[in-house]
Amino acid sequence: MTQQNNPILIVAEHNGQSIHPITYELMGKAKELAKQQNLPLAVLALVSPTVDLQELRFRGANSIFYIRHDCFASPDESLYAQNMSNVIRDLEPEVILIGATPFGRSLAPRLAAILETGLTADCTDLKMEEGHLVQIRPAFSENILAHIQTETKPQMATVRYKEFAEAERNEKEPSEMIELQTLETVGHQAIKTERISDFIVDITEAPVVVSGGRGLKKAEDFKLLQALADALGGMLGGSRAVVEEGFISKDHQVGYSGHRVKPVLYVACGISGAPQHLAGMKEAEMIIAINSDPSAPIFQIADYGIVGDLYEVIPKLISEISR
Amino acid sequence: MFSIILHKEVLILRIIVLIKEVPDMEKVRFDSEKGVVDRKSAGTEVNPFDLNALEAAVQMKEIADASVTALCMGPPQAEKSLKEAIARGADEGILLSDAAFGGSDTWATSITLVAAIKKMGDYDYIFAGEKTVDGDTGQVGSEVASMLKIPQICFVESLEMNKEGLTAMVAVWDGIYRKTLTGKGMLTFTKAANTPRLPGIREKMKARKMEIPVWDLRFLSEYLNETDTGFKGSPTKVKKVVVPPVLHRKGKIFREINDACLREVKGALIARGITEGVKK
Repeated sequence: MTQQNNPILIVAEHNGQSIHPITYELMGKAKELAKQQNLPLAVLALVSPTVDLQELRFRGANSIFYIRHDCFASPDESLYAQNMSNVIRDLEPEVILIGATPFGRSLAPRLAAILETGLTADCTDLKMEEGHLVQIRPAFSENILAHIQTETKPQMATVRYKEFAEAERNEKEPSEMIELQTLETVGHQAIKTERISDFIVDITEAPVVVSGGRGLKKAEDFKLLQALADALGGMLGGSRAVVEEGFISKDHQVGYSGHRVKPVLYVACGISGAPQHLAGMKEAEMIIAINSDPSAPIFQIADYGIVGDLYEVIPKLISEISR
Repeated sequence: MFSIILHKEVLILRIIVLIKEVPDMEKVRFDSEKGVVDRKSAGTEVNPFDLNALEAAVQMKEIADASVTALCMGPPQAEKSLKEAIARGADEGILLSDAAFGGSDTWATSITLVAAIKKMGDYDYIFAGEKTVDGDTGQVGSEVASMLKIPQICFVESLEMNKEGLTAMVAVWDGIYRKTLTGKGMLTFTKAANTPRLPGIREKMKARKMEIPVWDLRFLSEYLNETDTGFKGSPTKVKKVVVPPVLHRKGKIFREINDACLREVKGALIARGITEGVKK
């Protein structure tokens, strides 16, 4: 490669159709690190021919390396990892960042093992210190932040979605596009993959999440929360307790062992606020808590707390909102 | 470990289940001043996701000729977790334990597990939980599969055994995919995959009597160098641990629901741009 310095490399995430926004977020953070260290920023995109790569060019990277092939239409991480490892051995990047999505989290370790390098999972922040990447990730139910460094190269990490702002758009200096060839088009013959359906429930993308906890007496009472969610244009969430009770399905679970959500508004109804639940929602822009116990820990992180019986408070809230 | 030789003589499926012993994360307390987990504040248990992997293996035993070996890397007391795996239906357990394995990151853990799997000889499937509740990385399953050069199906939500092999449903990208494995491979399981059974009394008795072989570095020496395992073999190092300040918001607490409260909350919603369905 012609570049003087080895790049910071972003692995582009997509869904077989379009580029996932986490790619632009990684580019935003990586651009900042690359500037500091005077390193080029590169993106590696393995996509099927239907994925549009135009937008990638306007997000401040020096180069976009891409391979287009039908074989990348399915999420086959071993095929992706094989092809990526070939490119990466030539590029010799200093750093590789991959989105901590389900695909990224299964691809990254597959790739790290081939490249024989260390990997840090699920980072929430990154910085450069004396030329080394410091990978910051929450650990032990988010009670601590571990600062991790990798002694091998490339320094690899997966990074959580919605931690960083997207890279600014700049149409004036589009990135150089470099097409590469697929070296292997057949993954493990032993795996067949077919798409069955789209997601039915994805609360991580909802602008508003209305969640219920132990304060709910029975499963049907989620209807009351649904009415509030409908009034606010949101989706339903639940604490671990109500999911285990079978009040609501696991797709809706918020917390350490469920989904992490970062909505504009989170409404916690009858949720006391155990640290494991807070881990999944504490970064919401605005939190409203409704609980009959004034000493419930949820009130400490709420912007608005209402002490009261949720069965009394929610209907009043709904009628005020729709008035 | 000699039972492995027996397995080879009859054509039965051999399933290895990776198990980790972890603190009970729902109960464990955290010492914010020292920045460490107060391990005395809670007991240890088998990593909950690994129980789903084990259950899937034990269910296969019920419909096919299969043997299930639980493999765990940990301190000597982790023998307890292997006995629990046997009580829940595994046929045998193997403990990888050596001071030299201490401080392993996911890479060093994977390379050590791979050495043990090679030592065990042939297998059909390796099952693991999608992640552990203490480390929360979800990396070891894929790293082991990659090192063994076998295919992987991560985040299995349901599993079915059929003529072709194993068919799993997974949620990846923005959809549900059906993945079918027709040869040997690694599967990692989510909690949705099944409901782990409780240990049976007879199995508990069997587990109590069972000897758990302990494999150390020397025993694995044909497949593992000392420099590749433990703290020394770990490419990632924790340089510093920071305890984040406890999150507080300067929130406004209303002691009762009244018109003033409702008006203020509604005003805040509108100010935040949450106007869908909110009438101004």
